[in-house]
Amino acid sequence: MDVIYILWLRQMKRYVRTRSRVLGAIGQPILFLLALGYGMGAVYKRAGEGSYLQFLVPGIIIQTLLFSGVFWGIQILFDKRFGFLKEMLVAPVSRLIVLLGNALGGATISLLQGVFVFVISLALGFKPHNWALLPLAFLMVLVLSLTLTSFGAGIASMVDDFQGFQGINNFLIFPLFFLSSALYPLTNAPTFLRILASINPLSYSVDALRWALINQSHFGIVKDVVVMVLALVVCTYFAVNRFNRIQV
Amino acid sequence: MSGSIISVKNVTKRFGDIVAVDGISFNIERGEIFAFLGPNGAGKSTTISMLTTMLRPTKGRLMLNGHDVAHERDSARKSFGIVFQDPALEEELTAYENMKIHAVLYGIPRVEQEQRIEDLLRLVDLWGRRKSLVKTYSGGMRRRLEIARGLLHHPIILFLDEPTLGLDTQTRNLLWDYVKRLNEKEKTTIFFTTHYLDEAEAIAKRIAIIDHGKIIAEGTSKELIRQTETKTLEEAYLKLTGTGVRDSESLANNGLNVRLTNRNNRLR
Repeated sequence: MDVIYILWLRQMKRYVRTRSRVLGAIGQPILFLLALGYGMGAVYKRAGEGSYLQFLVPGIIIQTLLFSGVFWGIQILFDKRFGFLKEMLVAPVSRLIVLLGNALGGATISLLQGVFVFVISLALGFKPHNWALLPLAFLMVLVLSLTLTSFGAGIASMVDDFQGFQGINNFLIFPLFFLSSALYPLTNAPTFLRILASINPLSYSVDALRWALINQSHFGIVKDVVVMVLALVVCTYFAVNRFNRIQV
Repeated sequence: MSGSIISVKNVTKRFGDIVAVDGISFNIERGEIFAFLGPNGAGKSTTISMLTTMLRPTKGRLMLNGHDVAHERDSARKSFGIVFQDPALEEELTAYENMKIHAVLYGIPRVEQEQRIEDLLRLVDLWGRRKSLVKTYSGGMRRRLEIARGLLHHPIILFLDEPTLGLDTQTRNLLWDYVKRLNEKEKTTIFFTTHYLDEAEAIAKRIAIIDHGKIIAEGTSKELIRQTETKTLEEAYLKLTGTGVRDSESLANNGLNVRLTNRNNRLR
């Protein structure tokens, strides 16, 4: 327990000490909210779909988690390149514990950023449909933080250089984000987009959060939750499996 | 060899087709200072990686303090401290925080942590800078911090992988003085690699020279000099491992430069 705590604490200290990271990670979602939420809002309204900001906020919270969770994987890459991973791996502690402590740190950071974006969206005029569902939304964000952090950790365990990580970023993260239901409703989307979005597990998380925050759901909440739990299990397995293979 | 604290028996490590370490065996007695010398790529770091549980041997057996490295990892890990070739510190944390993480990772009782950390940081003269982030440290300070960290859990074996690389003379002397004192007072077994032969000659009680994955000579520096009929350890070393591009003379001398032999055979 002590070990998990100290590794978690290390992640938190690092995070708090690098303020540029905090600003960078939160700046982007805010930009999206402002540019899209306000910029596209008028068109969206004219199309008879109501408030785009309302629709967009859950998607942008998920985006925050996606980017921060996966970018957090860079931390493992840093540790691999600059040696601290060795210090952790030669210690008489199992790798699972090392991974757990670090991943929980990453997930906490994601969670904090998600909550922060939510608070900002409130300031921008977002109104949750039912305040009583907020704890549930929080739980969803927590689960997804864990999922995406594990995902990032697994990927970072596989690549050895920053360029490789960049490539994965472009080929994985952006498609995951843009081909989900984060930015547009799937109801009237072209068929191919609908198909792509419905095989993208991220869409279900967006959908679940949208259900909790603005009472809108495309796939149905039951399906959403099932996919979210499955994704958590798969990603955790992936992270553990890959992390166990690291040789330094 | 029950008295040995480190025992390596017929250990081979292959990476695909490349044989990095080729059937080496050696024993180190408790309280010995042992130097492991060899050109770049000879298999020094691979051997250290295997001894410190980071790599699994393809074949053979490694014992640390009576624990089989492959099967009793955690007991083996508790027995040694290591100073890596490349720094392995967390730069965004302070020296004290780095020490604290190490203390927790190695399960040092909470009541002892503070005192031990203070003692060691004072010893390496970093107590005054304990609250500075490691990224503000110079190379020498980082090394000293790593050594303090490696000693925190009272290891009975200390591995030093090229510990003096890039250090100034003052810091090097300080480091070796300290290591020698540690060896005398605590009977800590020291296993180190270096490219500076004067260090090996001055510090090590016994030396092994590894090349192309095989141990080609072993003994005290005097023995090595006598065996090779040279005057200094450096000459002995060069005679054994060849100068610069490996010449066929050195091959004729020891007949153990396997890779070269193979290559020559293929060329013929």
